[in-house]
Amino acid sequence: MSTQVAVTQENAAVVANGSGAAAILSAGIGSFAVALFAIAADKSAFIKDLFVFYKPTGALSGETTVAILLWLAVWAILNWRWRKRNVSLQRINVIALVLLGFSLLLTFPPVGDLF
Amino acid sequence: MEITTRSLWTLVHGMGFGALYLLAGSGAIALLYPRFSADEPASASPKGDRFLGIYLSAMAALAWLTVLSGTYVIYPWYRATAPAGTANLAAYPRALLLSHPATKQWHLIGMEWKEHVAWLVPIAITMAAFVALKYARDLRNHPQLRNALYGFVITSLFAAGIAGFFGAMLDKNAPVDGGQTVRLVQGEKE
Repeated sequence: MSTQVAVTQENAAVVANGSGAAAILSAGIGSFAVALFAIAADKSAFIKDLFVFYKPTGALSGETTVAILLWLAVWAILNWRWRKRNVSLQRINVIALVLLGFSLLLTFPPVGDLF
Repeated sequence: MEITTRSLWTLVHGMGFGALYLLAGSGAIALLYPRFSADEPASASPKGDRFLGIYLSAMAALAWLTVLSGTYVIYPWYRATAPAGTANLAAYPRALLLSHPATKQWHLIGMEWKEHVAWLVPIAITMAAFVALKYARDLRNHPQLRNALYGFVITSLFAAGIAGFFGAMLDKNAPVDGGQTVRLVQGEKE
C-alpha cells in the first residue's frame, strides 16, 4: 500500500517530456537544415546569391542564419504545442538523431556533391 | 614577441573557444556517463544536477562564440579575393590553397566541411543545455531524454573535432595572417 502511494507521488512529480521532445526534434531539424541549405546553395547560383546576407562571408551567412531561424521557429512552435504533454520520445529521438547523422554526412563535400 | 591581429583572432577562435569546447566535452561525458550507463541513474545531488545544466550552458556559449568568430571574423579574411595578377598569395589563404594541386583539397574538402559541420555544434549543445536546465533532477525519470542528451553531446563533440582538425590543418597550410602587429613582449637589446 505504502509502495503504491510512493509510486503515485513520484509519477505525479514527473514533468511532462513535451518540452524536451520539442527541443530534441527541432535540433535535429535545424541541423538538417544547415546541410540542406549548404547543398542547395552549392547546386544553384540563384539560391547561393539569395543566401549572401553578409558579403564578406558569402552564402554561408544566409545558409546558417536561415537554418538557425528555422530551428528556433520550429522549437517555439513544437514547445508551445507539446509543453504540457507526454509524447513518444523514442520515435522522436530516432528521427532527431537520424537527422543529425544525415547532417554530418551531407555536409561532407564528397557526399553532398552526389546530389 | 609579436603577433598580428588576424593571428590573434585565429588563436582566440581556435585555441581559445574551440579547443576549450573540446576539453569541456570530455568533462561533459564524465558528468553524463553515470546518468546514462546504469539502469538506475546514479544519485547525483540537486546541486550536481544544477551544475550539469550550467556546465552545458557554458559549453553552448563557447560553441556560439566559436562559430560566430569563425564565420564573421576569420572566414572573411580566409576567403578574401586576391586582386588579378597577385603573385604572393600569402594574404589570401583560400586562393593560396587552391593554387597548388597538393593543397587544393584542404579547401575543397577541409574548409567546405568545416564551415558547415561546425554549425551543428551550437544547435546540438544548446538543446542539451536546455534539457539539462529544464529537467534538472527530473532527468532521472526520463531515460529517453538522457539518451538524447548523451547522443547530441557526443555528436556535437564529433562535429567540433572535425572542425577543429581541419581548422588546425588549414592554418598550418595557409595561415590567416596580417593586419596590425601587436607587441606582446618587448625584447631586450643585445
